[in-house]
Formats: sequence, C-alpha cells, structure tokens
Amino acid sequence: MPWDRNAMAARASLELRDGFYVNLGIGIPTLVADNVPAGMDVTLQSENGMLGLGPYPTEAEVDADVINAGKETITELPGTSYVSSADSFGMIRGGHMDLSVLGAMEVAENGDIANWMIPGKMVKGMGGAMDLVAGVKKIIVLMDHVSRDGSAKFRKACTLPLTGSNVVDMIITDLAVFSREGRTGPFCLIERAPGVEPAHVRAATEAHYEE
Amino acid sequence: MKKIYDEAAQALEGLLFDGMTIAAGGFGLCGIPETLIAAIRDSGVRDLTFISNNAGVDDFGLGLLLQTRQVRKMISSYVGENKEFERQYLSGELELEFNPQGTLAERIRAGGAGIAGFYTRTGIGTIVADGKEEKLFNGERYILETGLVADLAIVKAWRGDGRGNLVYRKTARNFNPMVATCGRVTVAEVEELVPTGTLEPDHIHSAGIFVQRLILSSQNEKRIEKRIIRKAA
Repeated sequence: MPWDRNAMAARASLELRDGFYVNLGIGIPTLVADNVPAGMDVTLQSENGMLGLGPYPTEAEVDADVINAGKETITELPGTSYVSSADSFGMIRGGHMDLSVLGAMEVAENGDIANWMIPGKMVKGMGGAMDLVAGVKKIIVLMDHVSRDGSAKFRKACTLPLTGSNVVDMIITDLAVFSREGRTGPFCLIERAPGVEPAHVRAATEAHYEE
Repeated sequence: MKKIYDEAAQALEGLLFDGMTIAAGGFGLCGIPETLIAAIRDSGVRDLTFISNNAGVDDFGLGLLLQTRQVRKMISSYVGENKEFERQYLSGELELEFNPQGTLAERIRAGGAGIAGFYTRTGIGTIVADGKEEKLFNGERYILETGLVADLAIVKAWRGDGRGNLVYRKTARNFNPMVATCGRVTVAEVEELVPTGTLEPDHIHSAGIFVQRLILSSQNEKRIEKRIIRKAA
C-alpha cells in the first residue's frame, strides 16, 4: 500500500538530526513539522525572516505580523529570532541551513529539480525555491511518484524549466525512497512503501536508479 | 531637517512622476506600506515599475495599483495570489521580471549599499542565468546579479522617530530594511511615532539617514492572507 501524505512526511522526519536548522516548503513538507521526534532539537526557518517557528496560533494568539513563508499565521517560541529577508537568505545561500524539504513537479536522475514553472500556464514565480536548492546542505524532495495523468515525475531529464541543477539528495514519494551520496553517483532505491513491489516502482519511474 | 509630514499625500509631494521606479517593502501583505500605496493610487501617477517581492492581492496592497492600471512592470519573486495580475500579464499589459527571492533581497541591499553587482550560485543552470555573466570561484559556478536602485522607496515600520530611525516588528520586517536603503528618496510610514530619544539606539533596524520623509500611517488594516488556527489540544 502506498504511503499517504502523513506517512511521507513521517518518513522525511527520519532524516532530521538533533541541532538541525530546517526549511520546510509549502504543502506536504509542512507536515514534517508535526513529526519531529520527541526530545530532538530542530529549529524551523521561514525565508520571510523567522528562525524558530512554533505551531499555528490559537485564536487569541493570532498576530498579523507573525506569518510563515506560506503567508499563514504562525507563532514564535522561546529563542525565536526575526531577521530581514537579506539576512534570511544569507542563512540559506550561505550554507548555514542543514536541510530543506521541498515539493517538486519533476526530478531528474542527475539531481535536477523543476518545481516553479509550467510554460504556457500562469507563472507564479520561484519565490525562495532557487535560493534554497542552491544553498542548503541537504535537499529532500517530497512528491507523488507519478503526476495526475500518470506520467513519471522521476525522469531521465526534466522537461520543465529547472529550479536548480544537480541539487537533490533524496526523493521520498508515496511509493519509495531514493537517495544518493555527494551529488555524484546515481540515486539508489533504498526503501519501498509496505507492499509496493520493486517492479511497481520500476514501471512508474523513467529515471535510471540502482537497486 | 523636518522629516515628519502630516499625511501621505504631503510626504509624496514632488516625488512622483510617470514612468518612475518605486521599491516597496513587505512580504505578501505583511509589512506593506498600506497608507503610501493608497496615496500613490490617488495621485494618479502612471507607468510605474515596482520592485516588490509580491504584488498584493486583487483588492489590497499593490493589487490596488494594478486595478487602476498604474503599474507597467513588476520586479518580484512570487505573484501567485493575484487574479488581476494574471489577467494583465497574460494579455500583455503588464511586464514581469522574476528574481529568486534571495537574489531580489540582495539586489536591493546591494543597490542601497553602493554595490553595482555580486556573484551568486542561485539560478545556476536555470533560465534565471540566461544572458548573465558566469564566473568560477573555487571551482563553483556563480552568476553576476546587479544592484537595484529606485527613484522612490516606500516602507512600513512599527515605530519611528523624528530623525527617521525605524524599528520593524517580527516578520513585518522582511524586505523593509533593504528597501529603505535603495531609494533616491525613502518615505516611511509608521504605526507609532515616538519622541526622538525613546527608541533604544542599539535596537534601531533602519538608521535615520536612509529615511527622508516619515508619516504616521493612517491605514493599519494589516490584512491576514491565510489565517490558520491550531485546534485546541
């Protein structure tokens, strides 16, 4: 049985380490915040200038001046700091962030990622995604294994305009987990969702990977 | 030098002209200069180029200036919350230059700091790098991005004093400190105008030299785009 959104987020949370500074993208990656292991010290960063994100607010805690990068209301924690956008991207681009978990439309077997633009459709913009993939030490992509029309999202090469080239370290889909070391070798299939056979993964994937 | 003005229209007097470039602080609808945006709309100035991370929503923020067709071009990183923007862009009425968000922040910072350009890894291997000079540093590829300067910068702060010193509040800081530096003239609106000498000098985010004119903001709606509430435990 394939993993659901929560199971995918829970699998991503196994990559967290004590002391990590982490940026979570919008959508499924946000669910990783609910799966931080008890007792582990993980600091969440939001690129609009907040280091140390707390949970969503109660009605009484809502503050228009405290939002995350998805423009959602959020809360601060003891030890939270606020910085300008320039300093926030200094954390990101400067290699100070340990992990970013992002969604994607396509990932290629060489680690290219496309997640910001579909030509011919309305272009919303890349926001901070290009800076994140260029600067954060480890990039994990959380995405459905195939698109809604059934086509493979883990491909030989991306067909959509890139967000970054050779930047993805791990891919977690509803079917499987792929990982690579050092952004040099190929991705390896390291895990499958319960009951998902290797042939199922193979058939749903265009990219070359090692088993 | 008197920096405090009674109202937005006065503070903008003599600064607006058709075809000008205006930089605006804010992220989404958070920390946007609401009062000054409304005054720019009311002035009727046209063919504006806006440097702003986002373009507001249909009926708030810079969306107000899109409704009235006063904007010719946006330099932004994300404009996904605005249907009127989409319509004008797809019909060719509006120009758009996308910058990665960190690159945009740094271009604004650089422009205000007298830095003509800088090299960044962001955008390497993407269409953002098209036509830009590329250079290797320690074996890594970087592209050249240029600083941005605006004819006018508008920012929103929490507190300000008569010297033009500004303090922002929480995530409403965002692009405002860099934007305050990149204007040939910078106009700030503040939620609270405090007597000079009451702001802690060590805690000032934008030093008064960057701010030429200042008003007490008359609009502090501070609309929330996505109000998410935690379920009671």
